[in-house]
Amino acid sequence: MSEPILEADGITLRFGGVTAIRDVSFHVNEGELFSIIGPNGAGKTSIFNTISQVYRPQEGDIRWKGASIMGHRPDFVAELGIARTFQNIELFPQMTVIENLLLGRHIRMKQNWFQGMLWFGVAKAEEMENRRQVEDIIDFLEIEEWRNHPVALLPYGIQKLVELGRALAMDPELLLLDEPVAGMNLEETEDMARFILDIRRELGISMVMVEHDMGLVMDIADRIMVLDFGEKISEGTPEEVQKDPNVIAAYLGSSDLHVAAE
Amino acid sequence: MINAFLQLAQVGTGATLVQTLLKSFALGSVYVLIALGFVIIFKATQVLNFAAGALSMAGAMFMTILISDGGLPLLPFGNPLAPAEGETASVVLFFVNVLIALALAALLGLVIERLAIRPMVGQPLFAMAVITLGIEIAIRPFNLDATALEGRRLGVPWGASSWNWGDAVVPKSYIVAVIIAAIAGAGVLLFFRTKLGVAMRAVAFDQEAAMAQGINVGRVFAIAWAMGTALAALGAIVYGMAPFPPGGSVSQEIHPLLALRVLPVIVLGGLDSVAGAIYGGLIIATAEVFAGQYLSQWNSTLGSGYSTIVPYLVMLFMLLVKPYGLFGTPEIRRV
Repeated sequence: MSEPILEADGITLRFGGVTAIRDVSFHVNEGELFSIIGPNGAGKTSIFNTISQVYRPQEGDIRWKGASIMGHRPDFVAELGIARTFQNIELFPQMTVIENLLLGRHIRMKQNWFQGMLWFGVAKAEEMENRRQVEDIIDFLEIEEWRNHPVALLPYGIQKLVELGRALAMDPELLLLDEPVAGMNLEETEDMARFILDIRRELGISMVMVEHDMGLVMDIADRIMVLDFGEKISEGTPEEVQKDPNVIAAYLGSSDLHVAAE
Repeated sequence: MINAFLQLAQVGTGATLVQTLLKSFALGSVYVLIALGFVIIFKATQVLNFAAGALSMAGAMFMTILISDGGLPLLPFGNPLAPAEGETASVVLFFVNVLIALALAALLGLVIERLAIRPMVGQPLFAMAVITLGIEIAIRPFNLDATALEGRRLGVPWGASSWNWGDAVVPKSYIVAVIIAAIAGAGVLLFFRTKLGVAMRAVAFDQEAAMAQGINVGRVFAIAWAMGTALAALGAIVYGMAPFPPGGSVSQEIHPLLALRVLPVIVLGGLDSVAGAIYGGLIIATAEVFAGQYLSQWNSTLGSGYSTIVPYLVMLFMLLVKPYGLFGTPEIRRV
């Protein structure tokens, strides 16, 4: 593994008297699949929100390729190449699959307002190019049959894929996946796992994944960070983490983790 | 032939018909402009802007201040583009002043957005809507005080003059209104094809997701409020040209209530539809003007001023039949 592309250094996030994250540090290497696990309310999604700067941590520093992103707006972070999906799907419900994905390409468009209004020059060429890339993503995720459906009408599992597709459309270097298989059945979970592995292998995108499905995490993650009550209690490869007594204690008497992983 | 038919139907001559149609289009143009203001703000923020009445009138007030007072209060210099005392501005100069007034209205929209709306990003929409109501109440007294004794003049160069098309009398202001609304409507329609327009649609659907797509939500809010306020102001300015109000002035009898009259328009067309605002404005105005013109023989039964309730009857009907309006986005839900 080469240099870390994302480093978090001692971040602490408080909401009034509640400390959601306490002095957590971690890093994500290039091309790595880094997973964050922990019981409900451990602060996993809060970590995502600090990375995308929706929440501003009171202490600590987050660096993207060595440069701090603290204090920047969420849209600036997105433009750097950090895309994300949400725990509860946040698609644009009335738009079709294609429109949702095209919106992901929005920040990569260079047309000016005049070209956009009158549909010529850069605007036209760009739209065609973006449309082609969107079709590639649709092929990749095997959602061809849904492409012209408004997403609000699609099954839950497909919506999760569309959200992943929209994040991919942004040409990200780092993908933040918030519970990508939550609420999915076994078959859908396996499909999603395959797509995640394909994204890493074929597109070389680094990923941070928050997930409750221990089987999936232990199978595909390179490294795992375990949070409990906002504090980091363990970090390491799946094998190391599973043997860590702190982790076993946090997961209520241990056995869940081992059973799930087998 | 047509005249004979119209007379048979006891509805006046062909010239009356032409005049009535034109008046419908002219009033429709005013409705379209203000409705577009509503729609833009709604499309970006999902909030019905209850401050539209006061803001539009404030825009018209800026115009009267520029033209009649020859400059803005509190500024050390006057308005170099104002006509000399007692004179009327040339047509070109008049429109330059209109543009300045619109810029000031947009600025007012920006300030309000920054102070009162931006802090509410992510808060319940209802709270934001009530805040706009508060803005309306806070701004309205300034407008009303300024027009307390008499309406303020807009200084329209062509005044209340008109052309004669055959027997029909065509006020110049009506034609100007239609042209202005056509330009504004086309501009807004095209705007939603630009990158920023698409960003605005995305923000309306889901602010958090839009942020994650790299869209600057604050900037979208600001631009929507600037555009929305300027369009509402343009509507109020046009509505200050004679013979909309007979005297050709911004007055407290008509202007503060103008936005309220546009409510049926956006309900009919759909709160988030630009095309809906345009069709809705024309349909409502036509219903209103035709009712006023051709039902006058029943004044004794209907009472005077009944034409002003016609739009609300249309709105009521629309709400019963198609609550999202003619072109509004229906809420899609998986069942």
